[in-house]
Amino acid sequence: MQVKLERVAHVRSGDKGNTSNIAVIAYCDEFYPLLKAQLTAARFKAFYRGAIKGEVTRYEADNLAALNFVAEGALGGGVSRSLSLDNYGKALSAAILGLEIEVPEQYSNLLRGG
Amino acid sequence: MSSLRIGAGSAWWGDRIEPAKLNAEQGDLDYLCFETMAEATISAAQVRKRRDPSFPGYDTYLDDRMKAVLPGCLKRGTKVISNQGWINPDGAAQRIVELLREHGAKGKKVAAVSGSLITDRIAALGGTILENGAPVASIASEIISAEAYLGAEPIVEALRQGADIVITGRVADPSLFLAPMMHEFGWCADDFAKLGAGSGLGHLLECGAQVTGGYFADPGFKDVPTPWDLAFPIAEVESDGSAVIAKVAGTGGAINAMTVKEQMLYEVHDPANYITPDVVVDFTTAALEQVGSDRMRVTNIGGKPRTPTLKVSMGCMEGFIGEDMFFYAGPGALRRAQLAKQILQERFRIVGLKADDLRIDFLGLNAIHGEASPPDAPEPYEVAVRVAARTKTREEALKVGREIDGMAVSGVAMTGKRVPHQDRAREIIGVWSTLVPREKVAPVITWYES
Repeated sequence: MQVKLERVAHVRSGDKGNTSNIAVIAYCDEFYPLLKAQLTAARFKAFYRGAIKGEVTRYEADNLAALNFVAEGALGGGVSRSLSLDNYGKALSAAILGLEIEVPEQYSNLLRGG
Repeated sequence: MSSLRIGAGSAWWGDRIEPAKLNAEQGDLDYLCFETMAEATISAAQVRKRRDPSFPGYDTYLDDRMKAVLPGCLKRGTKVISNQGWINPDGAAQRIVELLREHGAKGKKVAAVSGSLITDRIAALGGTILENGAPVASIASEIISAEAYLGAEPIVEALRQGADIVITGRVADPSLFLAPMMHEFGWCADDFAKLGAGSGLGHLLECGAQVTGGYFADPGFKDVPTPWDLAFPIAEVESDGSAVIAKVAGTGGAINAMTVKEQMLYEVHDPANYITPDVVVDFTTAALEQVGSDRMRVTNIGGKPRTPTLKVSMGCMEGFIGEDMFFYAGPGALRRAQLAKQILQERFRIVGLKADDLRIDFLGLNAIHGEASPPDAPEPYEVAVRVAARTKTREEALKVGREIDGMAVSGVAMTGKRVPHQDRAREIIGVWSTLVPREKVAPVITWYES
C-alpha cells in the first residue's frame, strides 16, 4: 500500500551555513529497511525539485533506524543572507513527509496517524 | 566523583528563562550550563557595539538569566558554565561578580575565558573559505568578526583552579557540557572514547528543550503532554560516559527514543564523524534504552581523535535586504496575487532594481517550500505576497518597499496593504567558515572574585 512518509517516519532539520540536514527517523524498526530501499538521495533531491540547489548526501545510522540527508545549497545562501521567510530551513524537513512510500499490508497496524 | 548531574540553562539567546530557574532550584545539579549563541550572534554583537559604544558586548539577558538561577545555584553549590560573554567575557564576569554580591555571596570565583576572537589575525592565518574554496584574504576588508570555536580545555583549567562560575566567548556548544565531565571524572584530553561520549551527551543537552519534547509535537503523530510547561534536560552522567537524560519530575514535555534520536542527528552531517574541537563524535555506535518515564539511558557514543584545526566563523558586511508584504483574500485571491507579482517584476525592471537575489512568495502557498511546494495544492482563501531582495546598497533595498507602496493605489483590485512603520531595509551579516591550526589560538583565563 502507498502511504505518505509522515505515517512511517518523523523528521528534524538543522542548518549549518547554506547546508540543511534533514534526519528521517523510522517510527519502528520494521519501517527502516523500507526507507533505506526507497528513500534514496536521488529521490530525496528530486522530491524537493529546485528547492535544493546542490548535492544531497545520504548517511545511514542503522542503530537509530534513521537516515540523515545533507542537502547543500538548500538555504538561500545561509541564514543571514537568505531571502527565505524560513531562513533557517526549520520547516524544510516537513516537505518530505508528503513523499509516497510503499508499505507491505502486514505493517498497516504500525502506521502512525491516519 | 562517580556520577554527575549536568543541566541545560538555555539553547540560544532568545530561549525561555524560567526552565533554567527550575533546573537551578529543583534539578539538584552539580553544573548548570548555558549556550546562548547562534552562528551570527558574535558578528551581530560587533555591529551593535560599533553603533552603540555603551553596549557591553555580552548576552543582553545576562542579568535576567543570572538573577533567575543564582539563588538556586548558590544554595545547592551548583557551578555555572556559560558562553554568555560573547565579545566581552571579562565584562560579563565583572557584572556577574556584582550580581553575586547583590545576592550576598562573598568569595565566589568567576573565571572569564577569552581568546576566541581572532578578528585581527584571521587574514594573516590565511586559510580558505570552507563554503566556496576562496582565500580568506579575498574577503579580509569585509570581515567584522572572526571567532574560533574553543573546546573544553580552558574551561577545565578554570574549574581545576577553583572557578565557581566560568564565563566564555565562543566555545563549541557540546564543549560547555563536556568540560565538567573532564574535570570531575579526570578524563584526559586524549581519551577520545570518553570525550566522544561526553561531547555526544553535550550535543543532546545543548539545544535545551529540543530533547525534552520541545520542537517535537506534531498532533496525532507525535504528541507531547503540556507542551507549554517544558523543562530543560538534565544528564545524570556516569564516569564511563554513559548517562540518563532526564528532567525535573512533574514538568511537561517528553523524553523518549524519538526525542533523543531527533536531537542526536540535529545539525549533524555524517553521524559517524561529528567534528567538535575536542573530539570527533561517533553517534552510529550509540544505544538508547527507556529506563523510566521520561528517562532515556544513552550508552556507547563513540569518539575518535580530534582534528588539528579549529573552526572559525567569520561575519562579513554583505549589503542589505529590502523586504515587505501585502495581502489578498476571498475568491480569486491567488489570481490577483499572481498579477501583482507580474506588476512588481515589471516595476523592478523599470526602476532598475539592482538585486543579487529577489523572491516574490505567496504566503500560504509556496513561501516556505518554494519549488518543492505541490503544484496541485488547493487555492488558499488568503494570500500574502512577500517580496524580498538582496542588494549591495541600502538605496537599492529601499526600492522594494517603494514599489510595494505604489501597489496601494496603482496595483491590483482589493490589495490589502500595511502602512509601513518598520524599517524595510536591514543590513546583512554574512557568515563564512574557515579552519585555523589549533595552536594559533590561545585561550586566556582572567579571574574575578565576589
